[in-house]
Amino acid sequence: MQTVTSLKAYKANVDEALRNRFQRQALDNFAVTYPTGRANAFAGMNIAELVDKVADIKDRALGRMDELYAQFKANAEKKGIHVHLAATALDANAIIADIAKTGRATRIVKSKSMTAEETLLNHYLESEGLEVTETDLGEWIIQLRHEGPTHMVMPAIHLSRHQVADLFSEVTGKRQETEIERLVKVARRELRQKYVEADMGISGANFALADTATIGLTTNEGNARLVTTLPRIHVALVGLDKLLPSLEDALHINRVLPRNATGQQITSYVTWITGPTPCAVADSGRKEMHIVFLDNGRRALAKDPVFSQVLRCVRCGACANVCPVYRMVGGHQYGHIYIGAIGLIITYFFHGRDKAKNLVQNCINCGACKAVCAAGIDLPRLIKEIHARIQDETDHPLSSILLGKLLSHRKLFHQLLRTAQKAQAPVVGENGYLRHLPLILSKEHNFRALPPIARTPFRERWPKIKPSVANPIQRVALFAGCVQDFVYPEQLEAGVALMTRFGAAVDFPMQQSCCGLPALMMGEKTAARDVARRNILAMRGSGVDQIVTLCASCASHLKHNYPQLLADDPAMREAAEQFSERVVAFSSFMNDILEIPADAFRSSGTQTTYHAPCHLCRGMGVRHAPHELIRKAGLAFVPAREEETCCGFGGSYSGKFPQISAQILESKLADVAATGADLLVTECPGCVMQLRGGAEKKGMKLSVKHIAEAVVQTLEKT
Amino acid sequence: MKPDPAVVETFIQKAEAVSAKVVRVASPEAAFAYAVDVCATKEACQLLVSGCEAPLSATAEALCETKQEKIMAAPNLPEVEFGALEKLCREKSIGLIKDDLRSHLAGIDIGFTRADYAIAETGTLVINSKSEALRLATMVSEIHIALLPVSRLRATAFDLTEELKQWMSDPADYTAMITGASRTADIERVLALGVHGPLELHILLWEEC
Ligand code: SF4
Ligand code: SF4
Repeated sequence: MQTVTSLKAYKANVDEALRNRFQRQALDNFAVTYPTGRANAFAGMNIAELVDKVADIKDRALGRMDELYAQFKANAEKKGIHVHLAATALDANAIIADIAKTGRATRIVKSKSMTAEETLLNHYLESEGLEVTETDLGEWIIQLRHEGPTHMVMPAIHLSRHQVADLFSEVTGKRQETEIERLVKVARRELRQKYVEADMGISGANFALADTATIGLTTNEGNARLVTTLPRIHVALVGLDKLLPSLEDALHINRVLPRNATGQQITSYVTWITGPTPCAVADSGRKEMHIVFLDNGRRALAKDPVFSQVLRCVRCGACANVCPVYRMVGGHQYGHIYIGAIGLIITYFFHGRDKAKNLVQNCINCGACKAVCAAGIDLPRLIKEIHARIQDETDHPLSSILLGKLLSHRKLFHQLLRTAQKAQAPVVGENGYLRHLPLILSKEHNFRALPPIARTPFRERWPKIKPSVANPIQRVALFAGCVQDFVYPEQLEAGVALMTRFGAAVDFPMQQSCCGLPALMMGEKTAARDVARRNILAMRGSGVDQIVTLCASCASHLKHNYPQLLADDPAMREAAEQFSERVVAFSSFMNDILEIPADAFRSSGTQTTYHAPCHLCRGMGVRHAPHELIRKAGLAFVPAREEETCCGFGGSYSGKFPQISAQILESKLADVAATGADLLVTECPGCVMQLRGGAEKKGMKLSVKHIAEAVVQTLEKT
Repeated sequence: MKPDPAVVETFIQKAEAVSAKVVRVASPEAAFAYAVDVCATKEACQLLVSGCEAPLSATAEALCETKQEKIMAAPNLPEVEFGALEKLCREKSIGLIKDDLRSHLAGIDIGFTRADYAIAETGTLVINSKSEALRLATMVSEIHIALLPVSRLRATAFDLTEELKQWMSDPADYTAMITGASRTADIERVLALGVHGPLELHILLWEEC
């Protein structure tokens, strides 16, 4: 559970987590195996369709939250269920404590519920003198350790069998061995006794069906069934977002939930409870059943035009499973109570700005979470929205204001880059990298060699290289982006040469500037909007078919974020849409539009692997074209196992969290090294900077190139 | 109604994929004989193999010690069938109970049930468990053996919504979908079976005609 108040303290916690070797190894193993398990579980199914269906069902239900609640309550009361509505977490806890007192219950068994974690229910009940035992194995372990969960589905993923054995030795008063099978049985038998004694059981619910007043629970261990069967009182704590009209809705969601969570087709138990069932130890012969619905901001959130989609979340935990940052730092540093991408967002709504403000900065914007979300939530965008919102509500840090201002003034910005170029001249080493880090960067940034700013930026080279093509088959405007323009102009030159060679007329509109993504990443939405307007105007009127960029981050920002940023601007909305439609990534343009032929290249046979930039594979949905270009260019393609895992650059992210960036890079380079390739190709200057700088620093014999540079080299001379 | 053989195949494959044991039987009597055989040949306490000798806290130990003879529970069998099973159990000195499962929470060797339906897509059994005894039989037993008439097999859960909704419209209902044994991967993501519920699930597939 992350609770510190300053960014500095947060970074200190992160550093500590990065040194936790067991956790790192455990999360690494999981990150590598999860995608295969998930793919197998969904084999033969259309995942996108299933996810759309979940999103649609949830959106409809969220739009009718109050109505469904009323319907559920009316049906439930007819069946003798007591229904309560808690406005806040504290209210929910008080209601539950009261149920226990009125029912003279002192011993409580609980099955896993993120909602109860949200309200810190156990603490409350214990402070009221009640004994609460978690019965889910992982939850029991962390309860005994007085910790919060580090994963929504696998709460104790950060612990080793040795730690568990020590813990169980303490609990039983007898020395326990470390064999997992045995430890599980020890828990089985210790907890069995707790069920026998308990007079109240608390569960959560995955679904609440309004038409029959049924709750649905998905579990693997079977503890929820005992919790809801043995004690004479059953209380279910359920978020209002779990309400659904009917069983079919739940069955649709349940096709996705377990597959996405753990790669299971279904959990061992799916339990549907309606009304107070017979119970031998209750005076009436029937259970006393309560359902406490929790609002805690959900009703307001359901009406929020931007954020209501976060309530679609079915708590599968997948957004943590694939997150490169979670993989490095674990759940205690990647959430307050809710963990992973969704945790960064809902912490703000359920637990307040203070708990969220550091966390939201720790997203590298790789998009992996969005691509895997069971409910199709646009998580990275919402994380940025929260970041911007928090800055608007409090203060924008000076660095972020300055960046915003600078990016909004193209001339000033470019002038500054030119001045910096001159100033750096004495520190450029023979290897072509900066000999010292710029003063603004601390030694933590020393994990990769940094390139200097180019002596002549691309925009100054343009008038000289400007090609002319007779009878072009395509007319394109080149969008450079700052990194290629000012650091790697040679990548653009290679791209221009290739496009020209295969019949495209290329123009370079000089008024273009930074795409504005760094501003958005820093929470400077106004500046991001400003830059977007300027770029759209700069590229307008050139009468081109496509806007091509060799930078994946620019491409995805121009294509997806521009229309969103300008959606409320009547003067620009349409222009932004038209602009966005024309944006195409370099490799798609070459392979899919120009359809360049393989016989234009000579075979080099260089063992070549590929890193898929986040903003290309997920952001632009471009996966096939770069592979094809590599093959067409006569290079021997050896795919890497984790081709689509982030390299850790993330623009300003690596400036803010250099330690995490360094560790992500480390994993990435190990994955690349495992292919045995001599050449690593990618399609984003940011990735090149990170990977080339990292390989250089480690002294790897690996050449890192932008795909345009690699491909242009095997071009047959004409 | 005879289900499509492909559906039966899918069911068997999916159930086995989650470590359920699927056996074809010719009649309910054969199913009873199977259950009695499993019960007679199994260790007195299945937990033995994987940790009965592990030391426990005093209270948990005390509960464990209340379990003496071998017990089978069969809460949802019709009178005549129960009688037939009881006869077989007696021959092997197995105690057969129908209710009062609460007196045996330390562990029941075999829970024998009749499944109401099954879902091929996921290898799932569907058991209407309104009765507390039936619920407990599928929860506290070390081995759950379920008799499934093949005619009760459906391709997907969606083919059962009418039936399930009917149950749920009752004033009280408890419907269990059961797929494989109780499982956990909470320690180091290593799969372990039988954490709270049964360690094994056997499905006896009975082709009625
Ligand atoms: S965008 Fe990437 S870094 Fe950010 S939360 Fe999602 S997976 Fe994690
Ligand atoms: S946000 Fe999506 S991926 Fe994350 S837990 Fe919720 S449903 Fe699963």
